[in-house]
Amino acid sequence: MAEQAQLLPGTLDLLILRAVSLGPLHGYGILLRIVQISGNVLMIEQGALYPGLFRLERQGLLKTNWGTSENNRRAKFYELTAAGRKRLREETDNWNRLATAIGSALSAQPEEI
Amino acid sequence: MRLLDSLHFRMATLFRRSRVNAEMEEELHSHIEHRADDLERSGLSRIEAERKARVEFGGYQRVKEECHEATGGTLFQSFWQDLRYSLRVLRKSPGFAIAAVLTLALAIGANAVVFGVLNALILRPLKVPQAESLWAIERGKDKAINHSYPDYLDLRDRNRSFEDLAAYNVATVGLDTGNNPSSSWIFEVTGNYFDALHIQPYLGRFFHAADERGPNSAPYIVLTHTFWHSHFRDDPGVVNRVVQVNKHPFTVLGVAPPEFRGTISFVFPDFWVPIVNQEQIEGANFLKARGNREILMVLGHLRAGVSPAQAISDLDSIGADLEKAYPKEDGHMTFSLTRPGLTGDWFGGPLQEFLTGLMLLAGLILLAACANLGSLFAARAADRSREVALRLALGASRIRILRHVFTEAVLISLMGGVVGLWGSVALLRALSVWRPVPSAPLLVPVYADTNVYLFALLLALASGFLFGAVPVRQILHTSPYEVVKSGSTGRAGRRITVRDLLLVVQIAICAVLVTSSMVALRGMVRAMHSNFGFEPRNATLVETTLSMAGYAGDSVPPMQKRMIDALQAIPGVKSVGLVDRPPLYFGANGANVFTDRTADLRPSNAAAEAMIYNISPEYFDAAGTEVLAGRMLTWHDDKNSPRVAVVNRQFASKILGSVAGAIGGYFKRGDGTRIQVVGIVEDGKYGSLSETPQPAMFLPILQSPSSSTVLVVRSNRDPQQLTEALKSAVLNLDAGLPFTILPWNTELQSALLTPRMATISLGVLGLMGAMLSITGIFGMAAYSVSRRLRELGIRVALGAQRTEVLQAALGRAFKLLAVGSAAGLILGILASRVLAYIVYQATPRDPVVLGGVVLTMMLLGLVATWIPAQRALSLDPLILLREE
Repeated sequence: MAEQAQLLPGTLDLLILRAVSLGPLHGYGILLRIVQISGNVLMIEQGALYPGLFRLERQGLLKTNWGTSENNRRAKFYELTAAGRKRLREETDNWNRLATAIGSALSAQPEEI
Repeated sequence: MRLLDSLHFRMATLFRRSRVNAEMEEELHSHIEHRADDLERSGLSRIEAERKARVEFGGYQRVKEECHEATGGTLFQSFWQDLRYSLRVLRKSPGFAIAAVLTLALAIGANAVVFGVLNALILRPLKVPQAESLWAIERGKDKAINHSYPDYLDLRDRNRSFEDLAAYNVATVGLDTGNNPSSSWIFEVTGNYFDALHIQPYLGRFFHAADERGPNSAPYIVLTHTFWHSHFRDDPGVVNRVVQVNKHPFTVLGVAPPEFRGTISFVFPDFWVPIVNQEQIEGANFLKARGNREILMVLGHLRAGVSPAQAISDLDSIGADLEKAYPKEDGHMTFSLTRPGLTGDWFGGPLQEFLTGLMLLAGLILLAACANLGSLFAARAADRSREVALRLALGASRIRILRHVFTEAVLISLMGGVVGLWGSVALLRALSVWRPVPSAPLLVPVYADTNVYLFALLLALASGFLFGAVPVRQILHTSPYEVVKSGSTGRAGRRITVRDLLLVVQIAICAVLVTSSMVALRGMVRAMHSNFGFEPRNATLVETTLSMAGYAGDSVPPMQKRMIDALQAIPGVKSVGLVDRPPLYFGANGANVFTDRTADLRPSNAAAEAMIYNISPEYFDAAGTEVLAGRMLTWHDDKNSPRVAVVNRQFASKILGSVAGAIGGYFKRGDGTRIQVVGIVEDGKYGSLSETPQPAMFLPILQSPSSSTVLVVRSNRDPQQLTEALKSAVLNLDAGLPFTILPWNTELQSALLTPRMATISLGVLGLMGAMLSITGIFGMAAYSVSRRLRELGIRVALGAQRTEVLQAALGRAFKLLAVGSAAGLILGILASRVLAYIVYQATPRDPVVLGGVVLTMMLLGLVATWIPAQRALSLDPLILLREE
């Protein structure tokens, strides 16, 4: 198992949007998907997921439907809305810019200055 | 749009609350089940898997609450929860709740009442259309509101600033509508009055400027709606009816709309009469004399676009012309503008100051109440620190706990506000129908309106947050660990706490109130026992105006003589004297007097303004005024004999140089008449009790006749019987003459209305302050005894004496009381200087006042600490220690 990392504040929303963008998921599925796509590095406290989901739903970034899960249980499925997709794009760009900037700042060598 | 959406969402969430809640539960459960499925697959038993899934999930309730918060519906929900929680808490301590609500009710009620009066008299304009452009004209440095009719005509016709200028005067008349004659208060108004004020008739029509065609040319009256209702029972047939006013036929033209009740905020006429008929109304014509400033008020709407300053300079230039043209009559013709409702700044100014002062004191009461409740809340917070600590330990946020405290505080303050408002509305209603002066149409319509409700609501909210804020620091600093570990916040009681400070502040405020009410009360008592220059006890006044029954000119004096003789003949009557209006009556007649050497009789050369009283020879005897030198007036001092007067000491020394040399000396009036002084009487009070000694002259009624007649009847007979006898004697002489009979003391009561009202209101505030300090000290003492029961028990067990126990239990309370009282006393003494304007001889450096305040505060302390002291003394250490 890979070494686990703490989630940076504010990144949970981005991860949820990304997880859901790959296809409709229920809450537990989102959790598993995040662990999976982060290569088992990011762990999320299970309960902490839900306030984030409700917040995104209220912002109109997610829409929900009740359905039946692969375990044959009733579950609420989350899906991206158009606004959600747009937000995901923006946030991803932001993140990439930030990550590149911080990466290059941290790898800067004395002779490059 | 976004706001609306969000609001809509919140409301929808609120109403769908239970459904959302159920859905949320289902979703979270579904999560746990899914996790349990996975765990089960990894080899755990189902029960074990479910348990583990729940543990992994974390704090279920907390997550749910956070989810609620995230959906946004939480604000209403948690507010509702807080409210129910607070109600539960308050229901558990009803004593505290009731005390708190009552304290606030009193304080907010007092504020609402004072504000109600302020609102009605100062803030609310007269009920006329476009009241904001309506102004009355004041004259000279003294801001006199009265003018003469010729001056008014000049101002009206020559100004370019006002749409129109109307004038009016207040008078009493006898009205006979067919059966019994009664006296009515009326406004004599110029023909353009209604038109200038933009008033439309409710019924019939009004008179207009065109109806004025010389003296007594417009025998019309217009009724107020109130009078039409009470006197004519809403009879629409009253229009064109002819009624007798002062025995002259007048035609009823119409009725004014109900909301228009004249142009003074507190005097309401029964009807309006054209001022050109003034001679029929008052029995003498004053419209021609420029020096006779009998017009009560001149007012009008400014033209659109004209500022008050422009209007004033316009009026001033007319005034300068008038001064030049009529140097004898017109001096100081500079003008200013004022709002008409309070009859000018001479009355409105002090009234406003007094009401503002009262508002300030009422605000202090509220502040004291807030300090009181703040310390109660702090005490409760200290007692509940365990509960708070427990809730913090269980994961409640401090914000949530603070919100509880504020919800509780605002709940109490709102309840207090509602109760207080309810009481004050009742009080204001009573005040509105109260007629402080039975013989005059004085009313203070101070019904509560939206302003008052809003004011009370705001005060309630503000005070809730104010005293709710007191324990905030305490709660923020509660450390759950410390509290739970040590069992109680057993901090040593030596440090000065916020509570102590609040109590001192509160006691200081109360001492200020007690001091000022004592100063006022003492001043009033002293005023009532000071020398008035007449003796109101055992004297009865029969008041009438002969013109009301048609007497005028030469027929007045014989009738007056007949009345004096008739009343004199009643058994038990010692003496009867006549005066045109008694001293300390509403307003006083004054006139400029000049020394005998003055040749140029323009107003600026006057030696003094002296009070004028027109009296019959027996007046001094009947009134109990002491004659110091010379002779009294006689019935021989008539039109055919030389003009004479009796003057008071002040007049003699001021105008004639000395009291000793005054007899036989002469002085002059504004019209040039020389009058010889034949007697000197003691000084008295004429305009108000707090005035400095004023010069006064008493003229024989035959030389300066007056239709207004007040007979002073001195008798030791039972007032009831005497009144009956007087009534039948007057009716015997003329059954058509309206009159009133009042003991002089009662009449004085109304003349002393202002200082009386001041004393009463200050007294009430002082009483409230006293009550608040009792509850404050009681709360503090009871709390400190209950906190230290165990310590006191141990002291008693170890053999402490009663005094030592008391010292331990209540010493601190008394120390705080002493500090607070001292501070309050000093502040009160400083504040009492302000009172000197209203209250007669208000000096706080009076041993009685100082002693009274100290004694009162000590008594308050004793009363407030009585029960806690009893509790401390009756301690049984055995029971107490066993309980622990």
